[in-house]
Amino acid sequence: MTTTSHPKTPPEIGGIGHSIRRHEDARFIQGAGNYVDDIELKGMLHMAILRSPVAHAKILSIDTSEAEAMDGVVAVVTGELMAQHNLAWMPTLSGDTQAVLATDKVRFQGQEVAAVIATDSYIARDAVSMIFVDYEELPVITDPRQAMAEGAVVIRDDKEDQTDNLVYDWESGDKDLTDRAFAEADKVVSIETHYPRSHPSPLETCGAVADVDPITGQVTVYMTSQAPHAHRTVFALVTGLPEQNIRIISPDIGGGFGNKVPVYPGYVIATAASLLIGKPVKWVESRTENLISTGFARDYHMKGELALNSEGRILGLRSEIWSDQGAFFSDAQPTKFKAGLFHIVTGSYDYPAAHVIAHGAYTNKAPGGVAYRCSFRVTEASYLIERLVQNAAYEIGMDPAEFRSLNFIKPEQFPYHSPTGFVYDSGDYEAAMRKALGIAKYEELREEQKAAREEGRLIGLGLASFTEVVGAGGSDEYDILGLKMFDSAELRIHPTGKAILKLGVRSQGQGHETTFAQIVAEELGIPVGDIKVVEGDTDNTPYGLGTYASRSTPVAGAATAVISRMLREKARKIAAHLMEASPDDLEWEPGKFSVAGSPDKFVTIQDVAFAAYTNMPPDTEYGLEGVHYYDPPNMTYPFGTYVVVVEVDPETGVWNVDRMVAVDDCGVRINPMIVEGQIQGGLTEGFAAAAMQWITFDEDGNCIGSNFMDYLVPTAWETPRFELDETVTPSPHHPIGAKGVGESATVGSPAAYVNAVIDALAHLGVRNIDMPLLPDRVWSAIQDAKKG
Amino acid sequence: MFPPAFAYSAPESLDEALATLTNEGESARVLAGGQSLIPMMKLRLASPAHLVDINNIPGLDYIDAANGYLRIGALVRHNDIVNSELVTAHNGAIASAAPWVADPLVRNRGTLCGSVAHCDPEGDWNSVMLAARAQVVAQSTSGERVIAIDDFVVDFFTNSLEPGEIVKEVRVPKYAGRGGGAYLKLERKIGDYATVAVATQLQLGEDGKISEAGIALTAVNNKNTRAIAAERALVGEEPSDEIFKEAAALAAQAAEPESNVRGTAEWKRNVVSVYTRRGLEASLAQARA
Repeated sequence: MTTTSHPKTPPEIGGIGHSIRRHEDARFIQGAGNYVDDIELKGMLHMAILRSPVAHAKILSIDTSEAEAMDGVVAVVTGELMAQHNLAWMPTLSGDTQAVLATDKVRFQGQEVAAVIATDSYIARDAVSMIFVDYEELPVITDPRQAMAEGAVVIRDDKEDQTDNLVYDWESGDKDLTDRAFAEADKVVSIETHYPRSHPSPLETCGAVADVDPITGQVTVYMTSQAPHAHRTVFALVTGLPEQNIRIISPDIGGGFGNKVPVYPGYVIATAASLLIGKPVKWVESRTENLISTGFARDYHMKGELALNSEGRILGLRSEIWSDQGAFFSDAQPTKFKAGLFHIVTGSYDYPAAHVIAHGAYTNKAPGGVAYRCSFRVTEASYLIERLVQNAAYEIGMDPAEFRSLNFIKPEQFPYHSPTGFVYDSGDYEAAMRKALGIAKYEELREEQKAAREEGRLIGLGLASFTEVVGAGGSDEYDILGLKMFDSAELRIHPTGKAILKLGVRSQGQGHETTFAQIVAEELGIPVGDIKVVEGDTDNTPYGLGTYASRSTPVAGAATAVISRMLREKARKIAAHLMEASPDDLEWEPGKFSVAGSPDKFVTIQDVAFAAYTNMPPDTEYGLEGVHYYDPPNMTYPFGTYVVVVEVDPETGVWNVDRMVAVDDCGVRINPMIVEGQIQGGLTEGFAAAAMQWITFDEDGNCIGSNFMDYLVPTAWETPRFELDETVTPSPHHPIGAKGVGESATVGSPAAYVNAVIDALAHLGVRNIDMPLLPDRVWSAIQDAKKG
Repeated sequence: MFPPAFAYSAPESLDEALATLTNEGESARVLAGGQSLIPMMKLRLASPAHLVDINNIPGLDYIDAANGYLRIGALVRHNDIVNSELVTAHNGAIASAAPWVADPLVRNRGTLCGSVAHCDPEGDWNSVMLAARAQVVAQSTSGERVIAIDDFVVDFFTNSLEPGEIVKEVRVPKYAGRGGGAYLKLERKIGDYATVAVATQLQLGEDGKISEAGIALTAVNNKNTRAIAAERALVGEEPSDEIFKEAAALAAQAAEPESNVRGTAEWKRNVVSVYTRRGLEASLAQARA
């Protein structure tokens, strides 16, 4: 079903479908946000970290004496000191262990070796350079296949049962069925490509202010966290401190994109230092520290194959991937899914057989593999299938759009059971694609492309018709460290009819303070300006797993709708009492109950709220508040089609995006303006991945890409102009039909850009260029194709 | 940012600034726009003991076209050049390069003279200055001297200033007759250093033949480098596709690029050739306009 959303509430209520301005922006655009680095506490000390200059080495000795002797230095913390308190290692969210401060070896360049606590941050940094470490260098591994080769040096020799560099072997789908599909195929199309290591690089780097009260034992940590509740539990497990005495406050967060999901050594060291010294300790990392040591993304070496019959129907898919996990397995994947949700790689297409194998390997690179604006490896999956499909169309001799159309899952097939075990909730892929092609004037563009080729100009049209899987997730399948992936909402309506909504998730710029208020406004008719949204303080919000994987709207948004409806039912009883009518005789419209048949006889939600504290029916509990923990029955499956038009300079390989058309279907849009902002941001990040971003390493494991001169973030100048549109296929199981949208565009767009460049060169026989598509790679592909 | 500690002074006259530079010796650095120096201090690649901030000194922010030169003073920002009609009227290569220097934020603050003095082989201005045969006016407590740009650009981040000297002005001779210039830059994004860039300048004689040619390359050698053989091939010739192609091939030979994350050496050499040809075409079109 495709519908267009129209608001059901008037603008003065501002419920779902209103593009109201973001409540939080008043403070952000006036420079009045409150980020971790804005926190100043009495007597606060400053911490800086010494990081390893080499990628793999034994630590022979650490000499801290000169640093300790400097004026203003309060303490120098080493792994040895941390080990005395059993804090030299910590668990990761993936069930591995990670060094907090290195004791035996360093395993990547940038690893934490020691920390200085000083009276100001300049002294702390000066003192870091006065710590002298003797390293004995070891062989360096920078590639997962190199890591898994016979005789490779074992990186994680700290783990007793680890005899090689394998983190996991994981598979999904049916191997025998898939082998049969390939045996029957008329044609097999394959691709081998690398989704390079990138970095979420939020503009606010990671940091913490730890404040341990030596008298009460209360631990308060202000922290750049996308998941404060889960982090509090990890803190309790790491330190053995009672959880009720740990308070994690995640204040305003300047972007996260998955980078602020892992627990970082700096948080733990600052907390330990505050505990030992008895004063607050602030740690805020530099840009370079953020880029070289915190959760990177992707770094997937992928092989994919499609089995096709002669008519161009897909019969099956095979994929094998080698994941570079870095030195510690520290990304937060659901326990059951070591390679995240990569097995969504079957994409938007209908075929019975698929088999996916994933190998994770330790390397001497920074740990991570975080879901960068992505629902657990869906980006890599979407990229692989959309590249494969485009290439399959060339081999079959069909237009890539028609090839997709032939193979799409049809609207009547939903709920659709995928060959790797997903149940796609809803979709109309054909409708979204036709809309995008129509806006782009696809047929005319194909004609222009032909004419341009005659003149020696290279124009390319790239498509991606992605399907995402977001909103993790149901308790039957999804957990992190055993914590089920529900989320929560607590709603309290005060006597004057104003409300506070508290959530277990944490906005990092997504606009939760506005969007979630709109859900309450929709369900209860309270004007959106009368609703305050509170997040990020574990003492003051209900438990939740946090914001990542586009899960806030699918999970916490659902919890918000459900608790709002529960309070509405209570409100109905109160309204009936006030009007001396039966609850069953009342009719609801946003903001008021009226008696059926006599619309003049009504009470407002504000009247009801007042009564809830002043005049309740005899058998009803006072107050109008409640909390709901929502356990999603399924994931949601946003989708869409992106069309990119590029022109490639044949002499230099430089390419420019002439057009980018994006039709997204994320179900019901709560605040269309915010949704469009999310999509524009994601399309920009997708462009960055396709065009310019990669963090690479030399053979010694030195990180190339340690600042914004080397690791490129696009500006408004190079970012293409986007033409956005929508289809609306509501999620059938979500209370308000929403699907989550924060990540769709990052997931779906890289393949569209790359496919466009490949399409420009397809007549020369070019089928793959690895991202980023730097001009020299494009030029070399042209040269190689010309040589044949 | 967390640089090492440093002393700072902000003199209000050039004499005072020069005196401080002389007294402090080589550990002192001039702060004009700070768009290269400050990032280097942030990364602790530079740790000057003393910064002499010249921004309060009056009379250094001039652009003029007197006495046969287009003259640019020490406090002229890149963005002043973008917006200068005098520059557009007198030198096509400078006008063409200015909008491609760094990004708008850097252009608002950074100075041409500072960039010339910095001698970063990936910087834009020294190629333009080499192609335009610029002169650097250096001043110290003992007086003023004029240094030809070819003698000024010594090596990777190395100029020929003596201790105590500052770059007071950079100037280029006005075209003798008809002239034009261009700067073509390939960069990964706005604000990036050049991956490859080529500055070209042509002057035409009364007979329509090329009377003077300047070609210089950015980011493909250990310093900004003139393609002298290519220049020589052009002088005295009738402009033509063939001669431009020949010059382009010779320019590529003057490049000794490294393969790195920005691209392979082979491709960079190719870009030098393509951009030299295109730059010469643009310069010619401007000279004839």
